[in-house]
Amino acid sequence: MEKKVEVLIVGAGPAGLSAAIEVARGGARVLVVDENGVAGGQLFKQIHRFFGSRDHSAGVRGFEIGTRLLRECENAGVEIMLNSVVWGLFPDMTAGVVFFNKHNVAVRAERIILSCGASENTLNFPGWTLPGVMGAGAAQTMMNIHRVLPGKEAIMVGSGNVGLIVGYQLIQAGCQVKAVLEILPEVGGYKVHANKLARLGVEILTSWTVVEARGREKVEEVVISRVDSKLQPMAGSKRTISADLVCMAVGLSPLAELAWMAGCRFGYFPLLGGFVPLHGANLETTLPGIYVAGDISGIEEASTAMEEGKLAAVSVLESLKRISPAEAAGRRKVISQSLVSLRRGPYGDFRQKEKERIFREFEKVKEGSGGYH
Amino acid sequence: MAIIDCPEEIPCNPCETICPSGAIKVGQPITNIPLLDEEKCTGCGRCLPICPGLAISILNYRFRKDEAALTVPYELLPLPEPGETVMAVDRQGRQLTEGKIVRLIAPEKNQQTALVTFSFPRKFYRKVCYFKRKRNHTP
Repeated sequence: MEKKVEVLIVGAGPAGLSAAIEVARGGARVLVVDENGVAGGQLFKQIHRFFGSRDHSAGVRGFEIGTRLLRECENAGVEIMLNSVVWGLFPDMTAGVVFFNKHNVAVRAERIILSCGASENTLNFPGWTLPGVMGAGAAQTMMNIHRVLPGKEAIMVGSGNVGLIVGYQLIQAGCQVKAVLEILPEVGGYKVHANKLARLGVEILTSWTVVEARGREKVEEVVISRVDSKLQPMAGSKRTISADLVCMAVGLSPLAELAWMAGCRFGYFPLLGGFVPLHGANLETTLPGIYVAGDISGIEEASTAMEEGKLAAVSVLESLKRISPAEAAGRRKVISQSLVSLRRGPYGDFRQKEKERIFREFEKVKEGSGGYH
Repeated sequence: MAIIDCPEEIPCNPCETICPSGAIKVGQPITNIPLLDEEKCTGCGRCLPICPGLAISILNYRFRKDEAALTVPYELLPLPEPGETVMAVDRQGRQLTEGKIVRLIAPEKNQQTALVTFSFPRKFYRKVCYFKRKRNHTP
């Protein structure tokens, strides 16, 4: 079976939904496809308030932002197909989609926005396959979506914002957080998040990591160790802690398989999560007509993902001649300024620099050199 | 008066936006650290629940004779009750002294962030930053 759409968006998270709203408002027919049963990506498990300015919905909880986006999608006439997997992307702008886990359809689109998000990284250590060892995001989904407590006594591995926020939410759910481990000498995430845990008496152990999880049928105790300057476990520094949950908050990787398959050129940007499809400042990849937005274009956060979604939408509308180049340039400027403001300070500067590096690598490929296939 | 414990340049300014007295200044860029104009701050507490970092509290230095009171945002259940004896803790969660819950603003009034006021001996006012319940809050 075949289906034709003007704009296909893969992934109904904050980036995809923001893009869809803008594209639909611009008068183009848009279809959003997502493999999950609910739209909103990770927003509905974010029970904390977001940072930013009023324009970025600062002070509003993540799930409320998700509700807002879905309402705007409905008002704008966005079509969202859930439980539908995009399994392939082919050079002639055709996506292989299994709709509703049943109907295999070739969807031909004039423009495609890839907003597939990211997946959690894991650590491998003896016992890591025991039930009770999971990604911090998985624990968050269990607690905040399915209302299941993943454990009673937890060790959080990683002190970036994900580790600190989920650590706090574990306490809110009624779990005791025994320790947060950070392999580096400094806490990775915002000080305000670390302070929330510290004043509840949670220890954040820097230069420590997990070395083993033990238990018969599930995690019963966890062995942790201090690490040296080369991040290797130090002899004689091991401690055993009783715990039934080990959460790993050790970074995310862009879900870029479709971009690889389509033939987009890539670059390696470890500070943004690894291999990223190269793209210009208007978020178009090295394949004309295919755009990226959100974590697939480099790991950041929901606020930047929403802005990038809007930015990709403006580029798509311009290329479809739905808006004039002058209007597109004006709107792009506003969104870019907003993005620059979110990519400032000790947690933002490096992202701004890396994004600029991606744009430069993209230009090189356009001129005929560089980039990985 | 508000006490803002927000030491890093993160892109965030809802405290500035919500302050009805113009006492909190972030300005441009929004990564600036918030500055409080103590003359203008009325201690109204509007900034407490809106702060995503739960980083603002209100200190009432002269709550009662020899007692100070601190109002903090609180997002744990079950909620403490007025009259309850709690532990007043420092930044590392270490107990400094005993305190007493004196007031509770229900979470429904501030999109699920409760505001809890507790009193404690004034001589600890420089170090007290939060409270812990004596009973474990595990449901």
